[in-house]
Amino acid sequence: MTTNRQKLVGSSVRRKEDGPLLRGQGRFAADINFPDQLHMRVVRSAQAHGRIRSVDLTPALAIPGVHAAWAFADVAELPPIGFRLTRLEQLSAYRQTILAKDRVRYVGDPVAVVFANDPYLAEDATEHVIVDVEEMSPILHADQAPGEFASNLSTEAAVIRKGYGDIDAAFRDAHRIISLSLAIGRHSGVPMETRGAIGHYDSATDMLKMYGAAKVPHWNRAQIAKMLGRDPAGIHCYEGHVGGGFGIRGELYPEDVLVCLAALRFARPVKWIEDRREHLIAANHSRQQTHHIRAAVDREGRILAVDDEFYHDQGGYMRTHAATVPDLAAAMLPGPYRIPAYRAVGHIRLTNKTPCGTYRAPGRYESTFVRERLMDAIAAETGIDMVEVRRRNLIDKSEMPVTRNLETLGTDIVLDSGDYVKLLDKALDKSGWTELQDELAGRRLAGELVGAGVAMFVEKSGLGPFDDVRITIGTDGFVEVVTGAASVGQGVETVVAQICADALGVDYERISVIHGQTDRIERGMGAFASRVTVMTGEATRLAAIKLRGKVLSTAAELMQTSVDQLDLIGGEIVQTGNGVGPSIGLTEIAGALAPGSRFLGDREPGLFAEASFESHHMTYPYGVHVAVVSIAPDTGAIDIERYLVAYDVGKAVNPMLIEGQIVGGVAQGIGGALYEDFTYDDRGEPLSVTFADYLMPTAREVPHVDVIISEDAPSPLNPMGLKGAGEGGTNAVGAVIAAAVDDALGKPGAITQLPILPQRIRAILKENAWSKPRSGSVGFL
Amino acid sequence: MSEKSDITLNINGRDHHIRVESRRTLVDAIREECGQSGTHIGCEHGVCGACTVLVAGEPVRSCLMFAQQAEGKAIRTVEGLAQGDEMHPMQRAFMDHHGLQCGFCTPGFLMLAVGVLEREPEISDENLIDVLSSNLCRCTGYQNIIKAVRSAAAEMRRS
Repeated sequence: MTTNRQKLVGSSVRRKEDGPLLRGQGRFAADINFPDQLHMRVVRSAQAHGRIRSVDLTPALAIPGVHAAWAFADVAELPPIGFRLTRLEQLSAYRQTILAKDRVRYVGDPVAVVFANDPYLAEDATEHVIVDVEEMSPILHADQAPGEFASNLSTEAAVIRKGYGDIDAAFRDAHRIISLSLAIGRHSGVPMETRGAIGHYDSATDMLKMYGAAKVPHWNRAQIAKMLGRDPAGIHCYEGHVGGGFGIRGELYPEDVLVCLAALRFARPVKWIEDRREHLIAANHSRQQTHHIRAAVDREGRILAVDDEFYHDQGGYMRTHAATVPDLAAAMLPGPYRIPAYRAVGHIRLTNKTPCGTYRAPGRYESTFVRERLMDAIAAETGIDMVEVRRRNLIDKSEMPVTRNLETLGTDIVLDSGDYVKLLDKALDKSGWTELQDELAGRRLAGELVGAGVAMFVEKSGLGPFDDVRITIGTDGFVEVVTGAASVGQGVETVVAQICADALGVDYERISVIHGQTDRIERGMGAFASRVTVMTGEATRLAAIKLRGKVLSTAAELMQTSVDQLDLIGGEIVQTGNGVGPSIGLTEIAGALAPGSRFLGDREPGLFAEASFESHHMTYPYGVHVAVVSIAPDTGAIDIERYLVAYDVGKAVNPMLIEGQIVGGVAQGIGGALYEDFTYDDRGEPLSVTFADYLMPTAREVPHVDVIISEDAPSPLNPMGLKGAGEGGTNAVGAVIAAAVDDALGKPGAITQLPILPQRIRAILKENAWSKPRSGSVGFL
Repeated sequence: MSEKSDITLNINGRDHHIRVESRRTLVDAIREECGQSGTHIGCEHGVCGACTVLVAGEPVRSCLMFAQQAEGKAIRTVEGLAQGDEMHPMQRAFMDHHGLQCGFCTPGFLMLAVGVLEREPEISDENLIDVLSSNLCRCTGYQNIIKAVRSAAAEMRRS
């Protein structure tokens, strides 16, 4: 018997998801309706910081068609929303209640809700809720002195400390110390579908249902149950189509709990669909940090130690991610380099801005920018070429696996596999790096502002601790894979079906994949941290192997032969070896095991198998970005002329989807590097509240991206060698664009802040005009 | 709030007799009163283009138009692209070139591209990118959308 014959894993099969989405048959949150539903609209704080004196709901309640309205007093019995990841006990006091209790803490903070028969009417009615707030001065900068969150509670909620080795000795003995101060702006995932939630209570069965769930439906179910004081068995969450995730969507927000509570209290369906302005001020922001980093290096540019202190701007409350983003920033900052001594101190500070959570490559977009700026500075100050300085510090393949003496997300960081030098070479070769330098030097001599940069990084993926899968073959021969994963549009159904088709031996077209339905599987971890292909993928493979065994042993009995004479190919059980005879189909096997069949006897009815995959370490993909930019001297506009990503994912299940993830990730990275920023005026009024202010890249700004999908370093942590592919496109974009812009300006270290706005470029060009003109030399110095 | 009036919207060749307030946006009427939920709402301020439909052959942001303004005009939405099981070349091209991930912006891109190519089949690559830059996608990075539209344009010219 041949086993594990791979056919689909590794090939770019078309997606299972596409048909309904292309035909306009998707079921997104706003597409879900129930008879007699109420529409919820949130009254949001117009002040960044203030004491709530009173909330008067009566004028709104007097409007015909308005069913109810609530302020904090109406929901006071519910606890604040809990932490899903990276829980620190001292952060608990900073959690968000579902309506603001006695203070408002950001513009957009939910203060009251109105329920009406019609969404237009609900929106009208919110304008009649009178919120009286005594305005207080807002805290808007996490890197200035902390203030008071509440009495005896500082806005510095916690300080994260990570590190190893003798930092002080390293800096004492250093040949050179290089220091930088760097800042990353406020960005977010901004999926094209805004948030939405529909609560539906079925009093006949005492079942509460929440539609519009995403990302982590099982966790949300448990948390909603806890907050409402209900048995989790009496709640289910349902994920429909999800219009983009990127870290931000699917976390439990106040509005999700409010629709559930309202559906219970009114025994009517309650629908809430966010508008875009709300989304931009109320859904999680991310990334805003200021870093002060220094490196101790020896005479050859080798790093002896890195010491980083940073300030994380958390916004108004601690949300479900708790300390996740700053924790990841601190833990992942060392990247692909050998760093003998390391210290990171991260200050988590509350401010009067939108609360923060994760955004694609959370903590790494930030710390890769910081680390790679540091590498560029080491190159500039030591006079060593920027590629060479990286090469000298890269961890060698022979050192793998590398235990970092750092932990994050409840796991020790052990770089499981990698050949960083080889990937760097691949990227440089493909970009024609050497010739590129000559070409750019020529263009600069001709007066153009052009430059190139390289940035490297290590990602993380495949966070456990478990995933379960159940595969069932129906009497119609169709295969159903039930997972505890979630889909935010990344192609989960396709990838899981590919793995199942190969391991089980059935047609891809006959497989359907279920995700995000808490009533179909007892537990599930959902979709985050580039985990699904690794965790759910391996659980699928294990369940498929089990089921294949069951199919073959049943077939052997039915065909009166031995298992080793049989194989399952394309959904048919065929005789192999010397055995010649008729094949039988899965319908017959499933029929033989169906309840009531004569064959069944004492056997367990049903043709299914279940498996779990457990993993207590993450897998670590790694990558290289290369960019070439040119700058328009008159406007300061930056044009990305060329872009390349090389990414090692261990084993590519579907290269087309991985390339899609990478290119899409690059586009989001470019947004953060050049255009996107949530800014506030000095009263804390948000200035990025429409798509005309929060500028996301369009087809004009995103260049063609060359992608190298590399499989040099399969993960030893799962048999297929998988590593996740969701975040490598985003990770190093800010870092590499900054390097290329520096190079184009002929001014190492010029870029210290993201996004790099034209105003900043114009200012640098003016400074340059006063200093001596650039020489024609190549590279950094 | 305000008076409702009776209007008829013709969507994909079918008349929908509906009763709406004068402030009702076209996209809300298409989705809610006419039940055609394939057209999506992304921003409600005319920037993202997720709600793009064809009104009298022109791509229109249906969040910026009132339902009443579309009365008497032929409206085409994503639901009208396929002929039964047979997908429109644009839909097939999006599938072949992996031009969608979450699929939320997709109906808007499909209608934008179909509308422009029907009007201007020989559109240059440069102008095509300009046209496509009027809609936002947050998943794909646009490269596969551009490939898909170019490929469908070639096929639409042939047929």
